Amino acid sequence: MIRTEELLLNVGPQHPSTHGVLRIVVKLDGEVITEATPVIGYLHRGTEKLAESLNYTQIIPYTDRMDYVSAMTNNYVLVHAVEKMMGIEVPERAEFLRLIVMELQRVASHLVWWGTYLLDLGALSPFLFAFKEREMIIDLFNELCGARLTYNYMRVGGVKWDAPPGWIDKVRDFVPYMEKQLKEYERLVSGNEIFLARVKGIGKYDAETAIAYGLSGANLRCTGVKWDLRKNEPYSLYDRFEFDVPVGTNGDCYDRYMIRFEEMRQSLRILKQAVEQFPSSGETMGKVPRAIRPPAGETYVRIESPRGEIGCHIVSKGKAEPYRLKFRRPSFMNLQILPKLLVGETMTNLIAILGGVDIVLGEVDC
Amino acid sequence: MSEENKREAGRQEETAAAEQQSPPAAEQTEPAAAEQREPANTQEVSGTEPAGAGAEHPNQPQPDTMPEHPDASASDKPAEPAEPAAPAAANADAPSAPAGEAAGAGAVDPEREAKIKAAQEARAKRLAAKAAAGGEAAPGDAEPAEPKPPSPKQPWLDEAVELLKSEVHPEAVEEAVINELAGDMPTITVKAEHWRAAAELLKSHEKLGCNYLRNVTGVDYEAHMEVVYFVINLETKREYAIKIRTDREQPSVPSAVPVWPSADWPEREIYDLLGVDFPGHPDLRRIMMPDDWVGHPLRKDYVPLDPEV
Amino acid sequence: MSDWVEQPLTWGNVLIYAVLAVVFLLLILGYVTYAILFERKVLGWMQFRHGPNRLGPWGLLQTVADVLKLLIKEDTIPRKADRALFILAPALCYAPSFAVLAIIPYTRELYFADLNVAIVYYAALSAISTIAIVLGGWASNNKYSLLGGMRSAAQMISYEVPLILSIVGTVMMTGSMSLRQIGEAQGDWFWEWNFLPQIIGFGVFIVAAVSELNRSPFDLPEAESELVAGYHTEYSGFRFAFFMLAEYVYMFAIAGLASVLFLGGWHPPAPFLDFVPGIIWMILKMAFVIFFLFWLRATMPRVRVDHLMGFAWKVLVPLAILNVFVTAVCLELFIKG
Repeated sequence: MIRTEELLLNVGPQHPSTHGVLRIVVKLDGEVITEATPVIGYLHRGTEKLAESLNYTQIIPYTDRMDYVSAMTNNYVLVHAVEKMMGIEVPERAEFLRLIVMELQRVASHLVWWGTYLLDLGALSPFLFAFKEREMIIDLFNELCGARLTYNYMRVGGVKWDAPPGWIDKVRDFVPYMEKQLKEYERLVSGNEIFLARVKGIGKYDAETAIAYGLSGANLRCTGVKWDLRKNEPYSLYDRFEFDVPVGTNGDCYDRYMIRFEEMRQSLRILKQAVEQFPSSGETMGKVPRAIRPPAGETYVRIESPRGEIGCHIVSKGKAEPYRLKFRRPSFMNLQILPKLLVGETMTNLIAILGGVDIVLGEVDC
Repeated sequence: MSEENKREAGRQEETAAAEQQSPPAAEQTEPAAAEQREPANTQEVSGTEPAGAGAEHPNQPQPDTMPEHPDASASDKPAEPAEPAAPAAANADAPSAPAGEAAGAGAVDPEREAKIKAAQEARAKRLAAKAAAGGEAAPGDAEPAEPKPPSPKQPWLDEAVELLKSEVHPEAVEEAVINELAGDMPTITVKAEHWRAAAELLKSHEKLGCNYLRNVTGVDYEAHMEVVYFVINLETKREYAIKIRTDREQPSVPSAVPVWPSADWPEREIYDLLGVDFPGHPDLRRIMMPDDWVGHPLRKDYVPLDPEV
Repeated sequence: MSDWVEQPLTWGNVLIYAVLAVVFLLLILGYVTYAILFERKVLGWMQFRHGPNRLGPWGLLQTVADVLKLLIKEDTIPRKADRALFILAPALCYAPSFAVLAIIPYTRELYFADLNVAIVYYAALSAISTIAIVLGGWASNNKYSLLGGMRSAAQMISYEVPLILSIVGTVMMTGSMSLRQIGEAQGDWFWEWNFLPQIIGFGVFIVAAVSELNRSPFDLPEAESELVAGYHTEYSGFRFAFFMLAEYVYMFAIAGLASVLFLGGWHPPAPFLDFVPGIIWMILKMAFVIFFLFWLRATMPRVRVDHLMGFAWKVLVPLAILNVFVTAVCLELFIKG
C-alpha cells in the first residue's frame, strides 16, 4: 500500500504572487489543496488607533496608505463622512474634481490589477503595457497634487489643489487614447485559449454565498447581483452621469476579469461626460469652520472603491479627533471567502483565484 | 507627539471644564500651558490657541487655511451657529483674534494674556446670553427647536422594533433611534442575550430580510463596550445598525457568524483589538496582532508592555 | 570536415577532434551569451521598453557581467541537502545538451558525427537531462523544488513521445534516421522542404519542442510566480548558471533539429540564391526558430499543469500518429507506385 502524507506548505508572506504580505498556510494532498488558512496582520500599522489622536485633516494621509493602489477613494470616504456629519456643502467644481480623480483612480487601479493578474498567470507583457498606461494617469495626478501614489488630495469641504490650466484638456485627450488601448488589450488577452482555460470555471460561487460572505465590488457582481454603490446608494455627482454597471452570470474568475475590464470602459465613459460638464470656474473649498469638529454622534458612510465597498464609521464626541474611527475595508471582507474557495483546488488555481479577488494588503491590514 | 497630544487634549478638557465654572481659573491654566511650549515660534503659539483645530506642529492645515481663506477666519462668528457644541463654538472665537495679528512676533506674554482675557470675557458673555435665552447647550443654538418632520425611514425602524419585541423577546430592544448624522439610519440597541435570536429574525423574516452584513465595529466607551452591526437588504435597501452593549470587564457578545458568515473576520478583529469575546464563533483567535500578543491595543486604557514598540 | 571525421581513429585525429570540440564549446558559449542578451532585448522591445542597454554599447556586455556575477557568488548548499546529488545535478543537466550537438549537420560538409541513428541518440540524451532536473529538485531539500522537479519530470516525459513521433514522418520520407541525410534529401526550393508535406508533424514538433525546453507557455517547472523558481530555487551562483546554460544549449539543439528536419537545413530557399554559403542559411533558420521561441515567451500566459498533460496525451500524440499514418499512405500510393 502506498502511504501518502499531507504536505503543509507556506505560501508567503514573501512571494511573488500574493500581492503583498499575505501568508496562506496550505495543506496539500499531492497537488490538491485540502485546507487553506490566510494569515494576515503583517502590514497592520494601527491606523485606527492612531486616528484617535489626530484631527480629521491629519488622518487623510493615513487613508492614502491603506489601499495604496486606490488612494483617492480612501481620501474621499473619510472626508465625505466628516462632511456628512457636519452638513458641509462642497462646491461644484471641487466635487467634479473629486469625481474625476476617483474615476481616473479606478482606471489606474484596474490597470494594476490587470497587469499583475496576467503576470501571475504567466504572461509577461501585459504587465508592462498596463503600467505604461497607468504612468499617464499617475502623471496627471502628479501635475494635480504633486504625488504619484499617496495623494493627500482631498480635504473636508473640498479639495486641496485646483486643476492647473490645461489639466482638464489632458484628461479629455486621455480618454479616447485609453479606449483604443483597451481594445488592443482585449484582442491580446481575452480571446487567448490558454488564458481562457486558466480562468473559466475557476473559483465559482453563487450569489447566495457572495451575499452571505459580505463580498462587494466585482466579486459580488460576478454572480449576477447588481449592486454598485455608485448607482444604488449614489454619492458625489454620480447620479448626473450615464454609465452601466457590468454584471456577470457565472461567478467565476473569468466573469470577474471581464467585469473589471468593462468597468474601466465605463469609468472612461463617466470621465468623458464629467470633462464636458466641468464647471469652468468655482471654489475648491467650501465653507468649513476653522476647527473641524463634527457634532457628537456617529455615522457610517460607504462608497464604491475599485475593490468594493469601502466604508468609514466615525464615532465622534464633538472633539477635533474622532473617538473611534473604523474603516470597513473591502479587501478584508473579500478575503474571508478564500478558505472556502480554495478547498479542492490546485496550487495553480490558488494563484488565479487569489488574483481574481483583487486584494491590496495595506487595506486588509489597515 | 503623543505626549503633546495628551497635553493638548488635556488642555482642551481643562478649558472646556473651566469655561463652565470659572473663566479666571482657565486664564491661569492657559498661560501656564502655553508657556510650556514657549520656546517655539509665534506660528506655533498662535496656532495652539485654546482648542484651535488641535494643531501642534507649525505645518498644520491651520496656517494653510489662513492665507487661502481669509473669509474663514473672519466669518468664524457667523459660521458658529451651525455648530451645536457650545464649547467648540466659543473656543473657535479665540483664533480669530490672534489670527488677525499673526504677523506679531517675539515675546508676547502680556499681549497674549490680554488677548486670552478678552477671549474669556467674550466667551463668558456668550454663555450668559445663551443661558438667558433659555436654549439648551446642545443643538438649536440660534433657532428654537422646531419639530422636525419624521424621517422616511421611521416606519422601517418601527416595524423592526415591533417584530423584535414580538418575535424575540419583549425586553430585547433597549433603544431605537433614527441616526440623522448617518443619513437617517435606523439604529436599534439590542440586549446581548437576545442578539442571536434577533439576528436570525433580521435575516430571515420576510419583511426585514437583511441578508447582507456589511460591517461590524467595536467601540470602547470607557464605561462599557459596544459592538455595532450594519445590515442591509440588497433588494429593498432596508438597512439597520444594531448596537449591542456589553460591560467592560468581561465583554461578551454572541457571535453572528452562524447567521452571517461575513461576520467572521470582523469579529476576530474586534476580539483581537478590543478583547470582546464572541461565544459561538468558530475560530476566535487573533488576526492582526501576533498570536502571543498581550493586551488589546484598541482599548482606551491600553498600555503597551514594551514601550518601545 | 567530413573527411576528418571519416578517417580512421588515430591519436593525432583524437587531438584534432578534441581541439575542434573545444572550439565548438567556445562558440556555443558565445552563442549562449548573446542569446540571453537578445532574449531580454526582444522581450523588452515587445513590451515597449529597451531591454538592457547600460553595460557596454547597446548592452552587449550584459551577459558577460551576469556570468561574472554568478561566478563570484557564494556557493551555498542548503544544510540538509544531499550534497553529492546537489552538486551532480547541474553538471548532469548540461553534459547531454552539449553532447547532443554532435549530431547536427551545419552544412553538407560541416558536421561532427553522422550517426545513422541520430534521432534516437537525441531522444536518449535529452532524457538524461530530465533525470538531472528531478535530481536537482530532490536534492535541494525544499518542498517547492520538489514540486517543481516532479512537475518537470512529468512534463518532459510526456512531451518526448509526440516529439519523436512527429519526426517519424520525415524519417519515413527520407528513408534514414541520419540527420545529414534528411537535410540532404530536401530540395532547393522552399516548397520542397519538409515542413509543407509534413505540416502536421511540424506543428506537433514545434509545440512539443517548446515544452521539452520548459519554455513559456509551458514553463511550469520554473513558474516564477507560483513556485518561486521551481527546481532551481536553491541553486545560486554557477550551479544556477549551468541550468540556464543547459536550457539555452537545448534551444540551440532544437533550432538545429527544426532547421534540418523541416526547414531545409543548409539549402537556400531558391536555387539562384546558392551564392550565399549554406552555413549562412543554416544560421538564419536557426536564428528564426530561436526568435520564435522568444516571441512566444513574450506573448503567451502559462498553461496549467493538468491542461498540459491532457494536451500532450490527448491532442499531440494522436495528431502525431495521424501524421505517421497519412505519410505512410501517401508514400505507398503516390511515391512508391
